[in-house]
Amino acid sequence: MKRLLVRLMVLALLLPALIACGGTPATPPAAAPAAEEAPAEEAPAAEEAAPAASGEPFRVAVVMPSSTTDLAWSQAMYDALRAIQEEMGGEAAMEISFSESMFNVTDAAAALRDYATDGNNLVIAHGTQYGTSLFEVARDFPETSFAWGTAIDTGEAEGLTNIFAYNAKAAEGGYINGVIAALLSQDDVIGIIGPVEAGDAKDYIDGFENGVLATKPDASVQKTYTGSFGDTALAAEAANVQIEAGADVLTGSAQQVVGAIGVAQENNVLWLGTQSSQASLAPELVVATQLYDWSGVVGDMIGKIQSGELGGTAYELTLENGGLKIEFNTEYDLPAEVQTAAEEAIQAVQSGEIDPLAGS
Amino acid sequence: MGGFGSVSGITQTLAKATPLLLVGLGIAIAFRASMINIGGEGQIMAGAMASTMCALALRDLPGIVLLPLSALAGTLAGGFWAFIPGILKARLGANEILTTVMMNGIALQLTNFLLRGPMLDPAQIAAGTNIPQSEALPMHVWLPRLVPRTLFHAGFIVAIVLAVGVYILLWHTTLGYRIRAVGQNRFASRYAGIPVPQYMTLSMTLSGCFCGLAGAFEIMGVHRRVVEGFSGGYGFSGIVVALFGYLHPLGIIPASVLFGGLLVGADRMQRAVQVPSSLIIALNGLIVLFVVSSRVWVEYRNNRRAAQQASQDTNDDTAAPLPTRPTPEQERA
Amino acid sequence: MDELFTTATIVGILSSAVRLATPYLYAAIGETLAQRSGVLNLGVDGIMLMGAFSAFYVVYNTENLLTGLLAAAGVGLLMGLLMAVASVTMKAEQGISGIGLYLFGLGLSSLLFRIMLGTVESVDGFPRLNIPLLSDIPLLGEIFFNHSILVYGAFLLVPLTAFLLNRTTWGLNIRAVGNNPQAADALGVNVQAIRYATVCAGGMLAGIGGAALSISALNIFQENLTNGLGFIAVALVYFGGWRPVGVLLGVLLFSFVNSLQLWLQVIGIDIPSDIAVMLPYILTIIVVSIPFRRGSEPAALTRPFSRGA
Repeated sequence: MKRLLVRLMVLALLLPALIACGGTPATPPAAAPAAEEAPAEEAPAAEEAAPAASGEPFRVAVVMPSSTTDLAWSQAMYDALRAIQEEMGGEAAMEISFSESMFNVTDAAAALRDYATDGNNLVIAHGTQYGTSLFEVARDFPETSFAWGTAIDTGEAEGLTNIFAYNAKAAEGGYINGVIAALLSQDDVIGIIGPVEAGDAKDYIDGFENGVLATKPDASVQKTYTGSFGDTALAAEAANVQIEAGADVLTGSAQQVVGAIGVAQENNVLWLGTQSSQASLAPELVVATQLYDWSGVVGDMIGKIQSGELGGTAYELTLENGGLKIEFNTEYDLPAEVQTAAEEAIQAVQSGEIDPLAGS
Repeated sequence: MGGFGSVSGITQTLAKATPLLLVGLGIAIAFRASMINIGGEGQIMAGAMASTMCALALRDLPGIVLLPLSALAGTLAGGFWAFIPGILKARLGANEILTTVMMNGIALQLTNFLLRGPMLDPAQIAAGTNIPQSEALPMHVWLPRLVPRTLFHAGFIVAIVLAVGVYILLWHTTLGYRIRAVGQNRFASRYAGIPVPQYMTLSMTLSGCFCGLAGAFEIMGVHRRVVEGFSGGYGFSGIVVALFGYLHPLGIIPASVLFGGLLVGADRMQRAVQVPSSLIIALNGLIVLFVVSSRVWVEYRNNRRAAQQASQDTNDDTAAPLPTRPTPEQERA
Repeated sequence: MDELFTTATIVGILSSAVRLATPYLYAAIGETLAQRSGVLNLGVDGIMLMGAFSAFYVVYNTENLLTGLLAAAGVGLLMGLLMAVASVTMKAEQGISGIGLYLFGLGLSSLLFRIMLGTVESVDGFPRLNIPLLSDIPLLGEIFFNHSILVYGAFLLVPLTAFLLNRTTWGLNIRAVGNNPQAADALGVNVQAIRYATVCAGGMLAGIGGAALSISALNIFQENLTNGLGFIAVALVYFGGWRPVGVLLGVLLFSFVNSLQLWLQVIGIDIPSDIAVMLPYILTIIVVSIPFRRGSEPAALTRPFSRGA
């Protein structure tokens, strides 16, 4: 028993080193350069989101399931917050706190609660799986505004008025990417590498498949799911398998796909991306990426909060409202007729003429 | 603001200690019989799914019946998930480290499958969002929160009671004696007439029961529906807790609270000073390495003191040699 | 279903199994060495991550693949040394110190990635190297002799390690230390030195296994690149009964079923993807339950050694 006690004492002695106290949430050090440059002009997204009159910075906290450098889901949100911060006038006007790699939902729930206790103006739960915890915290902090995505439920049915919901119609960009893929494929075999057959990823993949088949009804679409969001090695091998099975254009979603992009590059196979810009990884092969731009949505939330509206709105990123963008990689020489076809498809989706999820 | 420094910190720590304690107890029971259970993660998932299914299917029963019934369903499911590797080891010699790791993978995929199809929340289907989560549990199977507006729930008390129960089981019952005997020396136990394969299977199953209960409590006490990522690695951190607690039920209680505090403190530090989560993970690793390595120094010092005092030939009580409690790995040899 | 039995598909399945096997093989063979001498190193995954990062970072900056590989081996060795200090000299509980090492490697590799790279980048890794003549053999050439040099290295490691363990004095000493350290010590074998050597060598191989991911199979580095691969590698050592050839069979079987499930999905055989992903796990359980052989588990595995104990 004594050895046990000694061991536990050592552990206890070490604890304070870790559990450093900090009464005020510090801002990320990387934000410093942004503060030095005065914003040249206010972009439209942040127009309503001017700094609060009191001079107090607007404080946003976000909880994310993966890391801010994942080139996908979490990075898209983090980059958006950074963009808004710059537009609002740096960290004097807006403070960002974030908790990343919160795959454990219990930890995320604790983080949400702490952020609310700390007096943040807006607490964002950037993961569908955080919904239940968020609703519970939101009920306890009616003065704080919360946001949850991707979701469409603002908790109105449960009497909650302080939650914004946001969702991305991933199928729209998926459809456009599918059209591009079908036109660029020489052998009419197109491969998709997905994580788990659910949620946002499934939407994107269904839209993509519809886009391919609407353009080339005889094309063959090969789908592989790796069963995980982070299994980079298996995603890479899935890309190898796709290529050996004849695919000459690939797409995929979740943070695991960086492995697949590496393989695509090695084999000179084209890639279509989603969520965050992946062109930097393989400039000559990433044709286009569906970008999630959350800055408009979050900027609008901030504006609403400053005018006293704490929630109740469900936002949707679409091609129509500019939250989804198809970013064509300028370093890839896209044939003009493909570009035209893609732009026509974008217009058709925007006008509602085409339903990217029709039939699925 | 740390893991122990405030009401919110303490309750978060205790909320985290609850599954760690239950899993740690389970791991200890298996280790005592020289069965290495790496499958806590899968058993947690099995327990969570089963208790959710039970609570949703029988939601019309009154809470006083349904709550224990759901917890029992989770316990049994966790036990079943561990029974498979247990019996494969006992009867066919299949290495349990390998099979429990594989059972984790199966449980994860099965959970994914159930959350997408058969158990998907009807409200999600109706809304067309298809978020992979189950329907919310009816309110009367929610475990009460011990401190309002926190995650600290009544499961912690149950876990403490069970820890005492495991202590009594292992050291004051024939069953526990036999489990330990099997762990210490399988061959001698067989000659002593203990049906060794049964006890190996039993200890593994019991171990799974505790992990399954941990999963059930996580759902009934914290999340109140199954969501993706709810199990959060407790099956693995529970092993560390069990070993820190010297595989002794009463040692696992403080170990789970301290380890829970360490994890909570790390998360809160990430928020407070905004350091990358990876720094915290690396520091945690160093601390574990350091603490576990410090043992030889402690032993060395104790031995030297004992030797000194022995040479002085005093009758001081403190000179009595430390009770040595060999780990099962040592016992096995 | 017919599509599954075409030559092209079968060659594809086998060839991707060989590729998938590579990182597992390095890690598992290294772990076999350590375990044969009585040290269970659960931190393999953390070592692989550090190896993967070092190799990637060096190649990213110098574009010299060999230097990258050496960096991975060196860093792996250092991580192995850390494990050896904790578990051999300090006699730490091996299960926990391994988890500590894993956390350390996981955190440090992500942190360095954050500080030194900041975002996911790609490099030109080891190219495919067709071995003259051998790669022209129909089918076999495509399956076995159309990979990067690190793949060949992994497979060469198996007979080398088997030879080392079974046919040399060193191997005899390693096995003696793993089975009966007291007796080995009495015969004048330096138990601690042998254990240091095997754990460091195992760390080095795990580091190279990480490099096989970051500068050969994937050509990128990302936080937690291995995603628990190292733990599967440890399990496969048990699977292989602590014998290099057994480990090879286990690794091949695991990767074969993994590539089979990917191919089943690509061909469009209609099984739910979650069930397909389960296949390797289920099959491993079944195979390990077939009582056709008993492994030669080192009797002193996880037991620290002190003289006179």
